[in-house]
Amino acid sequence: MNLRQQAREDARPEVHARPGRFEADAVMGVIAREWILYGQSWRATTFAAVVEPTLYLLCFGFGMGALIGTLAGYSYIDFLGTGIVAVSVMFQSMMPAVINTFIKRRFLHTYEGILAAPVDVRELVTGEALWLAMRSGVYGCVPLLVAVGFGLRPGLGMLLVPFVAFLAGFAFALFGIWISAVISSVRSMDYVFSGLFTPLFLVAGTFFPLTELPDWVQTAAMANPLYHAVALIRGAVFGGMDAGSALVHVGVLLGFIVLMWFLAAFQMRRRVVD
Amino acid sequence: MPGRGENQWKIVLTGVYRGPMTTHDLGRSPSGSATRTRNEGPAVPALLLRGVVKRFGSLTAVDGLDLDVPQGVVLGLLGPNGAGKSTTMRMLTAQSLADEGEIRILGHEVPAESKWVRARMGVVPQHDNLDEELTVEQNLRMFSYLYRVPRHRRREAIARAMRLAQLSDRGATQVDDLSGGMRRRLLIVRALLHRPELVLMDEPTVGLDPQVRQDLWGVISALREEGVTVLMSTHYIEEAERLSDEVALMAGGRIVERGAPADLVATYAGATVEEYQPGPEGPGAVETLVHGHGFTTRRTGTTVSVLRAEKLPDSLRDRLGAPQRRAANLEDVFVTLTGETVE
Repeated sequence: MNLRQQAREDARPEVHARPGRFEADAVMGVIAREWILYGQSWRATTFAAVVEPTLYLLCFGFGMGALIGTLAGYSYIDFLGTGIVAVSVMFQSMMPAVINTFIKRRFLHTYEGILAAPVDVRELVTGEALWLAMRSGVYGCVPLLVAVGFGLRPGLGMLLVPFVAFLAGFAFALFGIWISAVISSVRSMDYVFSGLFTPLFLVAGTFFPLTELPDWVQTAAMANPLYHAVALIRGAVFGGMDAGSALVHVGVLLGFIVLMWFLAAFQMRRRVVD
Repeated sequence: MPGRGENQWKIVLTGVYRGPMTTHDLGRSPSGSATRTRNEGPAVPALLLRGVVKRFGSLTAVDGLDLDVPQGVVLGLLGPNGAGKSTTMRMLTAQSLADEGEIRILGHEVPAESKWVRARMGVVPQHDNLDEELTVEQNLRMFSYLYRVPRHRRREAIARAMRLAQLSDRGATQVDDLSGGMRRRLLIVRALLHRPELVLMDEPTVGLDPQVRQDLWGVISALREEGVTVLMSTHYIEEAERLSDEVALMAGGRIVERGAPADLVATYAGATVEEYQPGPEGPGAVETLVHGHGFTTRRTGTTVSVLRAEKLPDSLRDRLGAPQRRAANLEDVFVTLTGETVE
């Protein structure tokens, strides 16, 4: 072997897994890519993550709070603050999952480049969703801190919120990636935002308790992952949730993640592999 | 004669491959086939396609494609738009799945072992998919992760790639601020970060002006000198002729002929082509006359080009009138064999 061949051998990448097997290295490669991109966009992302919940809390908290006072046993601003954490997680994960993933696939040809490297569709989907989940885990805490600034009493249970935000963020990111792979044009996003986002975040117990809604809406809300995220966040912040209920909520979110992972990977593969 | 840019590329590559090194064993693939095919001689072809078919609905984009590419060869896949070149390229990266046939790359089956293959292969896409908001260095760093360049070699790999692309002083420049040629050079070296044994280039110079195109040819020449196998699809005749050890002419989703450019030209077009401007009787009359003497012609607008014109008898030449003479080229071969034209 001459020097040049040796140099090439020396620099060859380390791929140990059997082909077809799911590899953490590939997922990490996708996440590393997003991390580099984030280095360029963190200011705008952080601005949106802080300003949006602050405005919600200011307007709804003080505006509606003055009229409502208490709701379901909590001050309205506490009720709303914890609800907005979950909404923020949904928006931080699902919106970019739908929009950015669609643009990267359809217009920027980003996935062609990534899939030409030793990365498969499942790893691509997982990496993209995990990144958004991690981001949600961090940014999901921002509205909580803002709510504390507005009078929410801090407690140890709040330390669980980033984990709930991560779990919910992963679920919504996978959901968003699946939707982005289902829709065929930018115009279809109108249907998604109006027909899916709005009911999801309105019928989840974020701004008001579901108990006042018709029975069938309450039943339908049980299938809404945001409802379970809201319940877990309130349980963590206010306490009082029994272990059984917590397991049910976590179980629903995990079930949703598994279902969405399969759907997202399947549908994305249909889009990027012909 | 190599262009100005070609020499620059060679200098950079020659400099880069020197230096201290350690062994790095990858072991064997699950199929049991060797992962170090490069060191095992020419027995395992870099690319092997047998009877590959790809259909999109009623359209057959690739129609029974057979192709062997030995290691260390630069093969130009030449054909017009719609010939099936890009579909073939996509099938080699498993982004398109063949309906029929067999594909083996570096001894591994695709798509079953495609991830393994992609770790040893670089792909230069037709579409520029660089991240415009990021810098040159960041774009390369991103792909050093995806190609899993070992952490301790990452910095060196990026520096090398920037040298290779002549962008060492542009590491902090946003891609958005680069010229078209710089972007394309970056796109090419991005695929070389992990020092692949095989490089696929899908129309690497499409849409670029001739000067920039010539500059990019340097990197392909340099790769050839390094013994890297290159499969390059193009519809530029000159590019295929200039850079390829061998050219495969593709039309209608299959290879119609293959060989060294000079051999193909000699076999199908001879040494000289004479171009005749037909009289009032039209090009058909010229063609009938020439075909009657067993010669092949092709049309370029109203002009009739006679191939192998060095063998044209003087008696016939006198009847045809005064020709324009030129050397036969690959385009003559392509048009003769396929009836189609390329740029």
